[in-house]
Amino acid sequence: MNEPFIRIQNLEKVYQTKEDSIFAVDDVSFDIHQSQFIAIVGPSGCGKTTILKMLAGLVPYTSGSITIGGKKVTRPQTDLGIIFQDSVLLDWRDVISNVMLQVDIRGLDRAQYMPRAKELLKATGLEGFEFKKPYELSGGMRQRVSICRALVHDPPLLLMDEPFGALDALTREQISMDIQHLWMEKRKTVLLITHSIPEAVLLADRVVVMSPRPGRVVEILDIDLPRPRRLDRLPDKFNEYTGRIRQIFQASGVLALD
Amino acid sequence: MEQAERHAQARKEKQESDSREEWRLRALPFIGILGFLIIWEIAVMLFKLPAYLLPRPTEIVRTLIEEWDSLQSNGMVTAYEMILGYVLAVVIGVPLAIGITASPSFDRFITPILLFFQTVPKIAIAPLFLVWFGVGTMPKVLVAFLISFFPIVIDTAVGLRSVSLEMIDLARSMGATRMQIFTQFRLPTSLPYLFSGLKVAATLAVVGAVVGEFVGADRGLGYILLVANSNLQTALLFATIVVLTALGLLLFYAIEILEHFMIPWHVSRRAGEQEHGTM
Ligand SMILES: Nc1ncnc2c1ncn2[C@@H]1O[C@H](COP(=O)(O)OP(=O)(O)OP(=O)(O)O)[C@@H](O)[C@H]1O
Ligand SMILES: [Mg+2]
Repeated sequence: MNEPFIRIQNLEKVYQTKEDSIFAVDDVSFDIHQSQFIAIVGPSGCGKTTILKMLAGLVPYTSGSITIGGKKVTRPQTDLGIIFQDSVLLDWRDVISNVMLQVDIRGLDRAQYMPRAKELLKATGLEGFEFKKPYELSGGMRQRVSICRALVHDPPLLLMDEPFGALDALTREQISMDIQHLWMEKRKTVLLITHSIPEAVLLADRVVVMSPRPGRVVEILDIDLPRPRRLDRLPDKFNEYTGRIRQIFQASGVLALD
Repeated sequence: MEQAERHAQARKEKQESDSREEWRLRALPFIGILGFLIIWEIAVMLFKLPAYLLPRPTEIVRTLIEEWDSLQSNGMVTAYEMILGYVLAVVIGVPLAIGITASPSFDRFITPILLFFQTVPKIAIAPLFLVWFGVGTMPKVLVAFLISFFPIVIDTAVGLRSVSLEMIDLARSMGATRMQIFTQFRLPTSLPYLFSGLKVAATLAVVGAVVGEFVGADRGLGYILLVANSNLQTALLFATIVVLTALGLLLFYAIEILEHFMIPWHVSRRAGEQEHGTM
């Protein structure tokens, strides 16, 4: 295969605090190819967010290397979109301006991106809410706005840190379907961090399974399931994959057997 | 069709009862104040309290009208000192807070000094200002400034620091410059805090001006208070207090109106929360 889009090699992170140092990420290596959908699953505190932030250039790494498109990550990366666990909307901007924040900060042409922002809002079921303020929206709607904001500038890379964590089960399913839909259409490279094993298997091409802190890669599974994947029509193999990941967690003591 | 009409009718009725309810809620405080004044009036008559101890509300109103010219001209003096001190506090306090949050070394340098001056009772400094600056406007303005300065600096700094880490991460991932992070993220986030500081300071500024006048003045409402006090003109004392309170409220509501225009998103959210609270 050709050179991967993202290459993470022997990545390590030690957080230095006043009292002690926390070994958060230990020798993590994996590649992400162009247009691939990767999910990371792992127990709480195993360093998933840390990996995402290091990849985005928001947190420096202690050793190892990260390259995106052949270039080493040494500062905040801007050629990407990030979706956080919390929607992080600006209270003082209405829905459309929150999406356009991305355009405003980057100094892009408003007129050119406005139709795209509207189109994205429509695709995520937010048509008619353009001029509402964030406090007038539900949690699920807010998270959809943040998805639109992460996509409006058409970045080649999308990073998502437990984007559904704060949502109810129904909204979670709805938005994960939205994400799959958007991904199949645009074929961006996606890194999704999640606690949910079924969610990872449902959405990703490859699932990186991590150990408890200090986080290491325990296994990388290729998910070979046809798309679009639908929750009401899950093949038997789906359960094989989720079962396999559960086994890994049980073996490392993350999941109790009963 | 018919159903739609019925809906419209129901909605209209709902709106009407809502607005009636709203008027009732608005009227309540005034009814409360009126009741209080009536009881006061009756109590003074009933117990035959002498006017120098507790004048009747009607007596106070009469004095207010009789002495209006003097109250007005002296009120202007106090208002001038109060507003000047307040504006000075805003003009110096806000940039100082920005400096403190922008530079850790400036923070380390200035914050201990600030804390020290905040702890000093401002009222105790007033006589010193009299020694330094005489009986003119200056010492009053300075006391008003000092007393309203700290809530502004502290609340603005707290507000500027209240931006979440994720929001800063978001900004950096968009390639935001330092300036953009400040104007687009930090400053708007801080505005609700800034305004709550401004409102606290507004009520303090009038206190500052009056205290300044107490220490040494030949005009202003604080001076009138002292004169009325020594002459046992208790009704005039009360009338002056009424004017002083009005001054403070005027400044307070001016800030609140400004707040409505500057941060409507925050004000309406707060209103929404209050609505929930009363339900
Ligand atoms: N800024 C920081 N300073 C010090 N330690 C940190 C910092 N951020 C994270 N850590 C530590 O690093 C470890 C990994 O944190 P991280 O947030 O990456 O975990 P996570 O896998 O995202 O967890 P979760 O699933 O709960 O979000 C944790 O033990 C945490 O305490
Ligand atoms: Mg995390």
